Amino acid sequence: MSSSDTEKMVSSIQRIVIVGASLAGLSAAEALRSEGFSGTLTVIGDEPYVPYDRPPLSKTVLTGWLPVDHTTLPQRADLHAEWLLDVPAIGLDLRNHKVELADGMRFSFDRLLIATGTRARPWPDSAQASLDGVYLLRTRNDAAQLRARLADRPKRVLVIGGGFTGSEVASVCRELDLVVTVTERSATPLIGAIGSAVGTLAGQLQRAYGVDLRCNVTVMALEGDENGRLRRAYLSDGDILDIDVAVVALGAVRNVEWLRDSGLVFDSRGIVCDAACRAFDTNGMVTDNIFVAGDVARWPHPLYEGELLAVEHWGNAVEQARTAAHNMVCNPADRWAYKTLPAFWSRQFGVNLKTVGLPSFADEVVFTQGSIAERRLVAVYGYKGRIVAALTVNMARWLPAYKAMIEARAPFPPVIHALYGLAEHGPVPAGFPPRTHSSTQAGSGPSTLRPKESSTSTRVKDPHVPPGFQPK
Amino acid sequence: MIQQSLYEQVLDYANRANPYPLYAQLRQTPITRQTDGSYVVSTYREIVSLLHDPRIGSDFRKRSVRERNPAGSQINQEPVSENQAQEAGAEVSSPNQGSETEVVPSFIGLDPPEHDRLRRQATWPFGPPHTPGRVAEMEPQLIRLANQQIDTMKGKASIDIVEDFAYPIPVTMISELLGVPYEDQPHLHALSEAIIEGIDLDPQESPEERKRRQEQSGQTFKELENYMETLIERHRKKPGSDLLSGLVIDYGPDGPMSQADIVSTASLLLIAGHETTVNLITNGMLTLLRHPDVLERLQHEPNLVIRLVEELLRYEPPVQILPNRVALADINIGGTTILKGSPVILLLASGNRDSARFPDPDKFDPDRRDNMHLGFGSGIHYCYGAPLARLETQIALTELVRRLENPRLMNEPPTYRQSATLRGPRHLFVEIDGVRD
Repeated sequence: MSSSDTEKMVSSIQRIVIVGASLAGLSAAEALRSEGFSGTLTVIGDEPYVPYDRPPLSKTVLTGWLPVDHTTLPQRADLHAEWLLDVPAIGLDLRNHKVELADGMRFSFDRLLIATGTRARPWPDSAQASLDGVYLLRTRNDAAQLRARLADRPKRVLVIGGGFTGSEVASVCRELDLVVTVTERSATPLIGAIGSAVGTLAGQLQRAYGVDLRCNVTVMALEGDENGRLRRAYLSDGDILDIDVAVVALGAVRNVEWLRDSGLVFDSRGIVCDAACRAFDTNGMVTDNIFVAGDVARWPHPLYEGELLAVEHWGNAVEQARTAAHNMVCNPADRWAYKTLPAFWSRQFGVNLKTVGLPSFADEVVFTQGSIAERRLVAVYGYKGRIVAALTVNMARWLPAYKAMIEARAPFPPVIHALYGLAEHGPVPAGFPPRTHSSTQAGSGPSTLRPKESSTSTRVKDPHVPPGFQPK
Repeated sequence: MIQQSLYEQVLDYANRANPYPLYAQLRQTPITRQTDGSYVVSTYREIVSLLHDPRIGSDFRKRSVRERNPAGSQINQEPVSENQAQEAGAEVSSPNQGSETEVVPSFIGLDPPEHDRLRRQATWPFGPPHTPGRVAEMEPQLIRLANQQIDTMKGKASIDIVEDFAYPIPVTMISELLGVPYEDQPHLHALSEAIIEGIDLDPQESPEERKRRQEQSGQTFKELENYMETLIERHRKKPGSDLLSGLVIDYGPDGPMSQADIVSTASLLLIAGHETTVNLITNGMLTLLRHPDVLERLQHEPNLVIRLVEELLRYEPPVQILPNRVALADINIGGTTILKGSPVILLLASGNRDSARFPDPDKFDPDRRDNMHLGFGSGIHYCYGAPLARLETQIALTELVRRLENPRLMNEPPTYRQSATLRGPRHLFVEIDGVRD
């Protein structure tokens, strides 16, 4: 800590509260301390755990390789923070700079970071959702319970939803040699995140690994026996499956309800902030003491025409939280704009899948390197003649080159003459569901539920659609 | 007398002890085209970009630069690329590549998909996910070995860090790793030495002399391959827990390597394991002797060694130059166009000293943060042996500074080996007052 850094900090800031004892919350806390903030730091979390890592929960924790308590995130130094765990925040008083907790405690702040993230979207019928054998997968406790159940070797597992979480759970089931059915309401798995052109390949991979994958199919109802144990699922293709376990993987719901009446701008797609991570109030003014980071934030990204993005990725939680932390304590002239390219990864069915950029922004896709037969691939996504994203399957070492092309707004389709090039394939339509509200669309995270265009009558019957959910 | 280009001056042995001022001059133009049609890249950003560029290959059989050059445009010299091709051979493990005796290139000189498959197959018995403990398990033996070598220095007033210490450790470890029987190690040591000497070219020697040495080196390489054939057969019949046995019997989803691929891979690992870490350890001790304050800190702060070795890989990397890349298409970069088929020469050691990337780049600073150096390269050819090289150097330097009493450099600068690519001192003579227990 040099003295010049200290001078750069605003010295009147004495109390900082972070709501969200998560990866984003921890990253922000670490960044605040390394920025030189020496005041009171309070971190509030609704789970009983210090921040832990979620990606393993749908992978190595479920296979049993990693004990669930080994997911606790390392803390690089003693943060001298006050950790208030197992107690959710229930209100925000903008005028008096106070956060209210469920236990009645109130905390004043000079700066507040909101990193409340998301929760798993529940099965819409609460009676069916409470059957023994119906699981969500978002938290450490969810993972521990599902792991225990899978270890008992159920006869058949039903995974409802073929997004990233659903696909990874199905992959684990096959690794454990369990019979698994995946229902996906769209034409292919992963369609919201990577489109149907690449999603088709993901579907082929699932089937090659023995998954009973049913696309364009939804689950109409779950049924239990007299003891409340899950027994059957009724599918929209008319099939009735005997099952012991159902994993509901319908995407995430943002934890924003506690902000109602707070005077901040938010809706089901997240909390709106500027590129400096500062929240907007309902008058459309940017606040100077309320910051937002992680899954729950929506902000304008310069590379994507200023669309408000919400990115539910690990790297976004880290980077956006660091930017927010810097901006919370720095002098106004030193603020950083958050314009990191989104990136995510997944491991499933023996492949490593990584992306950089925002595939869901694209209208076309072209395969540039690899071999579909060998399950090694680079796919480049384009929108209106420029590159907006790239995806690799088992070829992640090449991603930095494509990242540079995205940042340079390189033309699409690219003329690459790449090593291990694929014969010209395209470009073909990327195959994302139609964007009906493009100017306000939420960026698609690995498991964002994309509302399908459908008639009112089918929507009412479809239990995928939670009560009161209005497709945008 | 023909004016040497900056890059030719880098290759000139006269500048071996300190090429860094030349690199600094080269960085004023990120990419310079040489008279032979090759491109020399000296700045961090451009090097990193090209290391990840899918239009850059490592199989120099794909070069076509000679067709581009109008006949007679070369002036009285062997083309620089000839020299580079041979230097690349050091890493490609087959110095006679391109001559009559064609051998199978090892993965360092191949492109995807062949490269990717061979590297996966070679990684299966070496590292995660299948063999995660391989390198970590070598630690006790490494500590023992380092201390045995230091014990031999007892009673001496002066030692040679290279011969007495930096050479025996990596050579013994790579032999153990591969499963070379103890009694064969001196023989292999001699073969590797001869191969390296054969490609350690002297730009001043006559073409006849060079040709003779290359042929000799090629013959020695053949001898090494014959030895490997026999060794592989022995491991096939009686497998152990070593890497070579792993390659033969414990293969993964890609299936077993062919016999020819195992021979070329094992030869590559043997030679790479011989040369690079020796220089890293020696450069490390040299750098510590030039920075006594850091040396003293290391005695009291053993944990410093982790970041110290990373800084060393930035400050004095054992592989200074990657001379074996080739452009597979025209590439617009750094204000110029690299033409298809041209050799591309990446000056890793220069990128490591680029002030646009590293503040105060000529300062050796073991506390440096954000040290994404190019000491192990980057991209798909990132150093396969990096985890082992790190551990060996960390232990070697820790034990040396812990036990040597008052070490003092006897020659400044020390005598260097010929190679500009795999750069390091030939000897590093050090006076000591004794050896602590």
